[in-house]
Amino acid sequence: MQIKKRVAVVGAGMTKFMRRAQETGKELAFEAVRQALDSCNMRIEDIQSVALGSAPDAFDGVHMKGEYLLDGAGAWGKPYSRSFVGGGTGVFSLIHGWWHVASGLFDTCLVVAEEKMSSCLPHPQTAFLTIFDNMIERPLGPNLIWIFALEMQRYMQTYKIPKEQIAQVAVKNKRNALDHPSAQIAQKVTLQDVLNSEVMAYPVQRLDISPVSDGACAIVLASEDVARKITDSPVWIDGVGWNLDTTYWTNRDLYFPRYVANAARMAYAMAGVRNPRKEIDFAEPYDPFDYKELHHMEGLLLCRKGEAPKLTAEGVTERDGNLPVCPSGGLLGVGNPIAAAGLMKICELFWQLRGEAGKRQIPGDPRTAVAQAWGDLMQIGTVVVMRG
Amino acid sequence: MSKHLQKPPGVPLREEDFEAQRVLSVMYRPKMRYSWATGVAIGRFLKGLRAGKIIGTQCAHCRRIVVPPRVFCEWCFRPVNDWVDLPDTGIINTFSVSYISTDTTKLKTPIIPAVIEIDGTTHAGFLHVIGEAKPETLKIGTRVKAVWAESTKRRGSITDIRYFKPAEWKP
Repeated sequence: MQIKKRVAVVGAGMTKFMRRAQETGKELAFEAVRQALDSCNMRIEDIQSVALGSAPDAFDGVHMKGEYLLDGAGAWGKPYSRSFVGGGTGVFSLIHGWWHVASGLFDTCLVVAEEKMSSCLPHPQTAFLTIFDNMIERPLGPNLIWIFALEMQRYMQTYKIPKEQIAQVAVKNKRNALDHPSAQIAQKVTLQDVLNSEVMAYPVQRLDISPVSDGACAIVLASEDVARKITDSPVWIDGVGWNLDTTYWTNRDLYFPRYVANAARMAYAMAGVRNPRKEIDFAEPYDPFDYKELHHMEGLLLCRKGEAPKLTAEGVTERDGNLPVCPSGGLLGVGNPIAAAGLMKICELFWQLRGEAGKRQIPGDPRTAVAQAWGDLMQIGTVVVMRG
Repeated sequence: MSKHLQKPPGVPLREEDFEAQRVLSVMYRPKMRYSWATGVAIGRFLKGLRAGKIIGTQCAHCRRIVVPPRVFCEWCFRPVNDWVDLPDTGIINTFSVSYISTDTTKLKTPIIPAVIEIDGTTHAGFLHVIGEAKPETLKIGTRVKAVWAESTKRRGSITDIRYFKPAEWKP
């Protein structure tokens, strides 16, 4: 693999994450982009290309959503394209932007991720029905919670994981989010609150789940030579990886996300990370459900298979622990506007690695971190390794 | 957050205000219908269901037997031509007890969705539901058997199998 230019993140911005925003998707995108450009004193004229990520058009009822969002994303009259890999989109949009610059084609790229889920009535879950196989699954009336429940059950029973250890993740992330000014559902909840919350599809309960959200994030990328002129503290994208497993999801063993491990190995190899357990200082794995954080820690090879629940129970993944996980508050606390939620994790890596995360700052000057998103029919892993 | 971003932009609307239409919104309901050709493999699978049979395929190269059937093997990326009649029994690979419907409205009587690993396959199966069972008695690995709709009511649909029910192990 030949990479022509090392790529840096030089700016980041995001809106609040909210259940229902007054702003349109375009307006949210504009606000996030403006924040990102202001954060590095750049103007839209300095941006040579734009990479956008947004999830299903069915949420908005607007087809050609990439084109619809173009003006708000700062892409008027520029090389522009949209990528979409379900829940994996947010982190993938950064990879999409990365190769614009890594290839040497552009010196700068603006990465924008936007989601407005609230427009879809009675509930965006109805739009999710259309991801299932149209011949032999949809007639059974599935919903997205079902497949999470099926995967969670398989994971729990394979390793005999008690529900208490999984619920710890929800408690931690919602508490971490109290320090995030964009957070939608930051709150102090107890383990008992999670375990006593309404059963939706056993073993999934109400407080195991991230909310429906509106919001947008934006990131400014620059090639090494340009980045050094923009800022004294660029954050480097040193490894990227992505990988997809089969759509025949009922033909795989759901206990372990092989495709996440494949994506992680690709990203670690590119970044020269030989031993992720030792070399990764903190992680932002995708946590739309509490068990997913654990599943993804294992997929990211940050611990042994089945070990993540124990590490969490021991406090290793707290912000002041040995391996802080989701210091932002994650999707469970900050919110889950699908594509924007993934890029929020990249924003968190950027702020943490620059020592700018304020009350959320991880102690001990973290240098190397990994962010990951996941989606489609439980089949894609998108992984980025960044260094301060 | 960051020294540059103390107050993130965005105006949250209150759900009550939106529902009571105290904020302006524009409504749209798409009116579309789709009619999908079933394709070669699923067409044959659905025809099998209408006849009360579960049909899978076997790849001549990796020898893997799978259901739902396909006309290519995604591992070997070669055409698949061997059709296999499978039994209507299997084990629960994983399951859930769902108190919500497709659009998240609440259900008093739960649905039990499950991935059924069909006997004779290489750990392959499909999504269905469990019936005639107490949720608390189910486990991963519980043996199940298909309960079919009456033959006159079968129309070539996944719902020609009404559900799978726990079954005794018969080697």
